[in-house]
Amino acid sequence: MTPAVGCGEERTASAARHRSTRFVPRHILRLCFFSAPRITAWAIATLTLIPVLVVASALLDPDQEIWAHLWRYTLPELLVNTVWLALGVGLGVSLLGITLAWLTAACEFPGRRFFTWALLLPLALPAYVTAFVWLGLLDFTGSLPTWLREAWGIQHLPPIRSRGGVILVLALALYPYVYLTARSAFQGQGRRLMEAAQSLGLSPVRGFFRVALPMARPGIVAGLSLALMETLADFGTVSVFNYNTFTTAIYKAWFSLFSLPAASQLASILIFFVLVLVLLEQVSRQNKRYAHSARGGGGSTRIHLAGWRGWLVASFAGLVFLLAFAVPFTQLLIWAWYAAGTDLDPRYFAFIGHSLLLSGLGALLVATLAVALGYAQRLQPTPGMVFTARLATIGYALPGAVLAVGFFIPVAWADNLIIDQVRAWTGREVGQILGGTLAVMLLAYCARFLAVGFSSVEAGLGRITRSLDEAAEVLGVTGLKRLRRVHLPMLRVPLLAALALTFVDIMKELPITLMTRPFGWDTLATRIFEMTSEGEWERAALPAVAIAIVGLLPIFFLIRDPDAKAC
Amino acid sequence: MKRGKFLRWWLSGALLGVASLAAQAAEVVVYSARNEQLIKPLFDAYTKQTGVRVKFITDKEGPLLARLKAEGRNTPADLFLTVDAGNLWQAAQEGLLKPVDSKTLQANIPAHLHDPGNVWFGLSVRARTVVYNHNKVKAGELSTYEDLAGPKWKGRLCLRTSQKVYNQSLVAMMIWEHGEAKTEQIVRGWVANLATAPFPDDNRAMEAVAAGECDVTLVNTYYFGRLMEKKPNLPLSIFWPNQNLKNKSAGVHVNVSGAGVAKYTKHEREAIRLLEWLSSPTAQNLFADVNLEYPANPAVKPDARVATWGNFKHNLINVAEAGKLQTRAVMLMDRAGYK
Repeated sequence: MTPAVGCGEERTASAARHRSTRFVPRHILRLCFFSAPRITAWAIATLTLIPVLVVASALLDPDQEIWAHLWRYTLPELLVNTVWLALGVGLGVSLLGITLAWLTAACEFPGRRFFTWALLLPLALPAYVTAFVWLGLLDFTGSLPTWLREAWGIQHLPPIRSRGGVILVLALALYPYVYLTARSAFQGQGRRLMEAAQSLGLSPVRGFFRVALPMARPGIVAGLSLALMETLADFGTVSVFNYNTFTTAIYKAWFSLFSLPAASQLASILIFFVLVLVLLEQVSRQNKRYAHSARGGGGSTRIHLAGWRGWLVASFAGLVFLLAFAVPFTQLLIWAWYAAGTDLDPRYFAFIGHSLLLSGLGALLVATLAVALGYAQRLQPTPGMVFTARLATIGYALPGAVLAVGFFIPVAWADNLIIDQVRAWTGREVGQILGGTLAVMLLAYCARFLAVGFSSVEAGLGRITRSLDEAAEVLGVTGLKRLRRVHLPMLRVPLLAALALTFVDIMKELPITLMTRPFGWDTLATRIFEMTSEGEWERAALPAVAIAIVGLLPIFFLIRDPDAKAC
Repeated sequence: MKRGKFLRWWLSGALLGVASLAAQAAEVVVYSARNEQLIKPLFDAYTKQTGVRVKFITDKEGPLLARLKAEGRNTPADLFLTVDAGNLWQAAQEGLLKPVDSKTLQANIPAHLHDPGNVWFGLSVRARTVVYNHNKVKAGELSTYEDLAGPKWKGRLCLRTSQKVYNQSLVAMMIWEHGEAKTEQIVRGWVANLATAPFPDDNRAMEAVAAGECDVTLVNTYYFGRLMEKKPNLPLSIFWPNQNLKNKSAGVHVNVSGAGVAKYTKHEREAIRLLEWLSSPTAQNLFADVNLEYPANPAVKPDARVATWGNFKHNLINVAEAGKLQTRAVMLMDRAGYK
């Protein structure tokens, strides 16, 4: 090997060598600190860290009275609530997501091709809208309990406005994250893996538990951590259930008790917990590698579930589809039909256009940064780099409005600096330069949604064996060229997943869009806000349906494309 | 050195060019936490009448306040419009609004509906009152907010969540009237009487009353109006509490949506003119009727649909008190276990 290669390449040249850091001469170590991968990673992490630090800076000015009150009266309840919610939703999305992913990826049953993409559709509905629909259907005044009371005399049903209810609704809304990432992990395993397992005498079921499931761990964890971060950051859904969590307490401390320091204290605890969880997971799988030969994928070795077993599986998938998407969507369609008469006007073209533009550009930017971060981490898989990558993706666990305000403050600060300078030099008054520009909006989306793109890309990169990197290096293909010619083609499926997930997430995003949009730049999501802010949920169905329909597009592409070959 | 200076000039020139494009025509910029469909018809009418363009941005009140604060001296905002006196009070408290000396506004808006220091003015009145199921409750059984804490309402009361500012303001006003200890007793009484966990919104609470899950609830009247327009056959009626009292808790609790001029406005005169126009009879009907609220200007009659609910006596405590005591109210409700 030539001595001229950058330290990044040198460190990854073989898996064994990077553990021997201490034998690397000191001047190379110093070089590494300023190496391109590291700078890239830190630059990306800064984007998220700035708003987080802005929020955390309020800690310096603690609000004793409010904090003492929170500590005594609300923290115990909301800790218990938050832990239960995270456990329940985590379990729910894992069960649903992994089972359905395995069934659609490795088995054959009636309607499998339909369910393969249909099971992703819940992603296109904002979770709080689904929650509101279910509340309307299942609460005491809802159609189902009313019918049960009047026709059957059944008085006592388990209440939907309860811990179980909110867990159920969130699990139904968020399982597609796990489904998507787990499915692409199972698919990537190809048939050789299961054939090997079976040749060693494992039944399909045991093969699943002993081989396929452990091998899919990075993918599953990627989806699960997205679902959990979204759960922790969720305000809309839990508010519909009036279920108090850390996030509702943060909002309350900030916007009802008018105490930014208390809100900041709560948010810092939340972030701390998330970081600890993420790092624990990272540590627990250290030194394990999940890469495997990419050959031998596809083929038609699906396990055929014939007869009643096939129909049982189909009805399970059907039930999930019905509860998570078909029922709420039908209700929304009915409401939207009535609202369309008064609310549907030509402005909707602009709303849809804005939503598409923001989501499209945002998704592209997030995916680009995700690849940059993932590749930087691959070049230098040091603990420091792993930590940087975790920091960079923490924005997803922060409640949306908190991140939006944390992002806006430095932007406004920079704007003020510019305005004051211009005034000082020229004596002229100018308006804001940065605030209310698309660039700022897109960067804020990156700070929030990098986790969504990164988790998918990271899992995808993890499945590419490092011997390919080495082979490329031997052939003289290194750095960005190697990324372009070796990794990117192999990352097609996870990249599509990252793009689609980010696209629908930005489409549904509210606080950042509200806070940073230019004047008059309304989107479909802000239409939902305009309606729901005074409780007109039925009228909000129209923009919600529009989001679902527009959000379907990428999901459709996403599933059709990779499956064209795999089926 | 020379080159740096040139760069500076070039840069500021470019920035100036971009920015001055936006600052030419006569216009007012409004930051509004009152949602788009409630304010746009109004601003359109204003533009038609005066030729002044109104640019606005909507958001939730909390982030909007944070935004105004972060932008500081260079904010583009001229007018800050929001719901609930608590939020207006907070904006004043943070020094984000400036006092307005206007005879028109003094004449149009009653004293208890604007800030004592004239920093903000209420523009529409929202009454938080009792709605009951007239198949199960006779109007004669109802009397006051405080009475709903009594044992006869055990298991018959529904409430919206304490997270909503409307309930926070209501409890804040009660603290002003009764002091914290007595108010806490009342709130504890409410909680003990709840038929079911608090609801996320007023509509659900009323639907529950109509379906018989409980008998009585507290809501803002415009929610009642909207619901009855959609489902006129619900067995719901409105009741005006605290009408026969002589002390300071006399009258229905009212809150406002209102506005104040941003402290660092660059178009102060335009902003005041818009604010004055909003308090004028022409605008007041538009402002209130579009959401079935009550006009803040007493010379203006409410919408015909609203008028059918009858006249009632307002509680005359200045709504600014609700803002001042909001933090205490939220903490009190936490202590009382009102979720």
